[in-house]
Amino acid sequence: MNAPTTIETTLKDWETDQEVRWCPGCGDYAILKAVQRTLPQLGADPANTCFISGIGCSSRFPYYIESYGFHTIHGRAPAVATGVKLANPDLDVWLVTGDGDGLSIGGNHLMHVLRRNVNMQIMLFNNEIYGLTKGQASPTSREGTKSPSTPIGSYDHPARPAAFALGSGARFVGRGFDVSKNLPDVLKAAHAHQGAAFIEIFQNCIVYNKDVFHEFAAPKGAEDSQLWLENGEPMLFAKESKGITLNRETLALEVVDVTDGDWEAAGVFVHDVTNRSIAHMLVEMPFGPFPMALGVLYDDPRPTFEAAVAKERNLASEGKTPDLAALLAKGQTWTVDS
Amino acid sequence: MATQTADTRSDISNQEAITVRFAGDSGDGMQLTGGQFTLSTALAGNDLATFPDFPAEIRAPQGTLFGVSAFQINFGAREVDTAGDAPDVLVAMNPAALKVNLPALKPGGLVIIDTGEFTKRNLDKAKYDTSPLDDDTLAKFDTLKLDISAMTLEAVKPFGLGKKEALRSKNMWTLGLALWMFDRPRAPLHEWLRAKFKNKPEIADANIAALDAGHAYGETAELAGPLQQVHLDPVPTAPGLYRTVTGAEAVSLGLVAGARLLDLPMFFGGYPITPASAILHHLAKLKEFNVTTFQAEDEIAAICAAIGASYAGSLGVTSSSGPGIALKGEAMGLGIMTELPLVIVNSQRGGPSTGLPTKTEQSDLYQAVYGRNGDAPLPVIAARSPGDAFECAIEACRIAVQYMTPVMLLTDGYIANASEPWMVPDPDDFERFPAEFLTQPRGEELLPYKRNERGARPWIKPGTPGMMHRIGGIEKAADTGHIDYSPDNHQKMTEIRRDKVLGVDIPDQDVCLGDTSGTLAVVGWGSTYGPIHQAVTRARAKGLSVSHIHVRHIWPMPGNLGDLLRSFDHVMVPEMNTGQFKTVLRDQYLVDAQPLTKTSGQPFAIAEIESAIEGALS
Repeated sequence: MNAPTTIETTLKDWETDQEVRWCPGCGDYAILKAVQRTLPQLGADPANTCFISGIGCSSRFPYYIESYGFHTIHGRAPAVATGVKLANPDLDVWLVTGDGDGLSIGGNHLMHVLRRNVNMQIMLFNNEIYGLTKGQASPTSREGTKSPSTPIGSYDHPARPAAFALGSGARFVGRGFDVSKNLPDVLKAAHAHQGAAFIEIFQNCIVYNKDVFHEFAAPKGAEDSQLWLENGEPMLFAKESKGITLNRETLALEVVDVTDGDWEAAGVFVHDVTNRSIAHMLVEMPFGPFPMALGVLYDDPRPTFEAAVAKERNLASEGKTPDLAALLAKGQTWTVDS
Repeated sequence: MATQTADTRSDISNQEAITVRFAGDSGDGMQLTGGQFTLSTALAGNDLATFPDFPAEIRAPQGTLFGVSAFQINFGAREVDTAGDAPDVLVAMNPAALKVNLPALKPGGLVIIDTGEFTKRNLDKAKYDTSPLDDDTLAKFDTLKLDISAMTLEAVKPFGLGKKEALRSKNMWTLGLALWMFDRPRAPLHEWLRAKFKNKPEIADANIAALDAGHAYGETAELAGPLQQVHLDPVPTAPGLYRTVTGAEAVSLGLVAGARLLDLPMFFGGYPITPASAILHHLAKLKEFNVTTFQAEDEIAAICAAIGASYAGSLGVTSSSGPGIALKGEAMGLGIMTELPLVIVNSQRGGPSTGLPTKTEQSDLYQAVYGRNGDAPLPVIAARSPGDAFECAIEACRIAVQYMTPVMLLTDGYIANASEPWMVPDPDDFERFPAEFLTQPRGEELLPYKRNERGARPWIKPGTPGMMHRIGGIEKAADTGHIDYSPDNHQKMTEIRRDKVLGVDIPDQDVCLGDTSGTLAVVGWGSTYGPIHQAVTRARAKGLSVSHIHVRHIWPMPGNLGDLLRSFDHVMVPEMNTGQFKTVLRDQYLVDAQPLTKTSGQPFAIAEIESAIEGALS
């Protein structure tokens, strides 16, 4: 369970005395502020909150949040966090990772924390580049990305974090970007979800991959390029002049024009966060022909891993007394008389 | 019954200890046979040591040389420390088992052969050009040729099993014969078979019939041949309650006891690997002792989850074998840097790489002591025997928590699988060492890296009000634990971490056999204890000036060890690697330690060490 007790805090209560060491203008600053703004709104208790990260720019995050924090090793934060949650399921755990940390060196752990459904919020800062090691192409870099390790352009196909998460069995997939005013809402929904909640946060690396998300993240033209999904609401964008529907012949999503606001006539879908089939299409929906799908793409909880572990332990312990002396003397024994 | 008598017979009826090896195809149930024979031996009050030796393949192709599985047991009316050198008795269930194991048999020893399996096809698979039953292959030995297959089929006929199923009882027929040979009661075996096949009573009955038939065979067959009944008196041992225990069981029990003495829940992160998996299996059945077991996605996740659990206030434990330990290396560094308690059990096996998964070796000593990036010291403890692993596990738990450090416990494939009689300890005899958590700052400021008199930083559980702080793998400033890359701080912190581990309180080194000074010290660690002890016993009986020193604390080493070694003219270090502990001793004490090494995947024979001792003193 998340945050068993709620307390009152302000943004200031979540700031540490540590000097923030990201590059000036880095998108991480905006994410940090969004999180620090969100935590008081959740009634979160700093003493009961734990930020766990791997390695990379994003993973410096715990040093700047006044709560418990564990900056672990490259890619392994999901495993550490799993141990933390199993040892103390009451802690409110936030995992911070990046595209290299979470999808390259730590891809295996990310897959397993999602399919096990360990109750935590997983924020993957996707800047499509290795920042802290000075700009190499990452597993999410687009084909043709020029970097010190790919001087004439990268040629491997990028991973799609949200699709990876959903394919791994995630029961919550959200998306946002660093400077979006809606990011706190996505974080809140993730926090409310019981289980592993995966949030892909597009983050601008101002030094090595500047403005790579500009096409949809820039305020100008945002109406046309962003599809903010709301549960129970039609999938509309471009000032409600366009919508998303399913082409029943190709079984693929397509953009339709909406005339006079009559989205029903245009066959626009109403977003149902529990519809896994549509979620699979949304995470795969290519930006360009389509707007960028943002917000809560999928949210359908099922029992958490730590609950299952506790249940199994109770079941296995039922009717047994933990008698160490009896345990040591178990099996066939014999006595040597004096 | 066809018998053949060797020119030089070895009469086992006069021996104080006897070594028997059961060998067959990996599908023949030899480990089961050996295990049950072990239990009956223990119940008879003989001291014993076992050596299961099985292939890496689960079901290697039937009848092949690499599919041979063997179980050796040494038992006696006196103290037994090893699984025995050359077997006195070899039971060979097929040609391949004979081919692989005959070279080990003592000249004049007894070999019992199931002739029913000596078909052309099986002889071919064992690469015999002519049948060893017909040529002089067995000339040096006493031979008992029995068609065990046929006699088993006959015995289980009333139960209407198919031939394949019926032949599965061959091992019980053989066990029955062995029980007769060594004057053991059958009742416990009957009981065990009934319990094992509770839901298949016809299988239980068939096995019991086969067991009884084997036993009856021994009783009624004319005993003039090599077959003779031998009775070994129980070993006079300290009074108390006994059971048999394998190293894997003893480690698991020791960890449970250690967590109990610490008053902590235990979190065990593991990943399947031979021969370490047995610990995961044992602990998975002990959930009522506040144990959580977690089968992780890989070795790295297993240790990282254990670190996470320790961070959250449990006793984190992980276990593996050489290749898995290598994968865990970086995370051990994290445990060392963040100064969290962690117990890492390494059941060593032959390496490098996949190496010899089911064979024993002691070649991870460098990896244990030195095998991490950076100056990354951690305490290393090595168990000498299955029973000793219990105490070593408790010791590892204590050190890990009292010093806020990862600790590595070394066992090996031999210790993990071998069983020995074990006096059941009373948990109340162990001193408790409850873990302490810091719940409020000691002064005005919270200092997560401020040390106590042991050099340990405080353990602060997340969830504790007002104690929020951040830790991580980046170099920490002394006291505050803030990120600090400065040159002076790293110098200081490196020394602090080194000195903390060097300062761990461990007992002085004793001499387990012989004088505290003299001509030769034979210095061992880990599972070489048994053969060294016996070899030194024999050498001393011949009047040689030799002592046995067996080191449990590999790092840090006992404070008096250097002086102790220097009080001998010569130091010999037998170990199942190319001389790793020898190198560490030379480095630490500048003593001229001489290696005696073996890397065949088999434990030392007593005779090998005995002759090395004689060589060193000649």
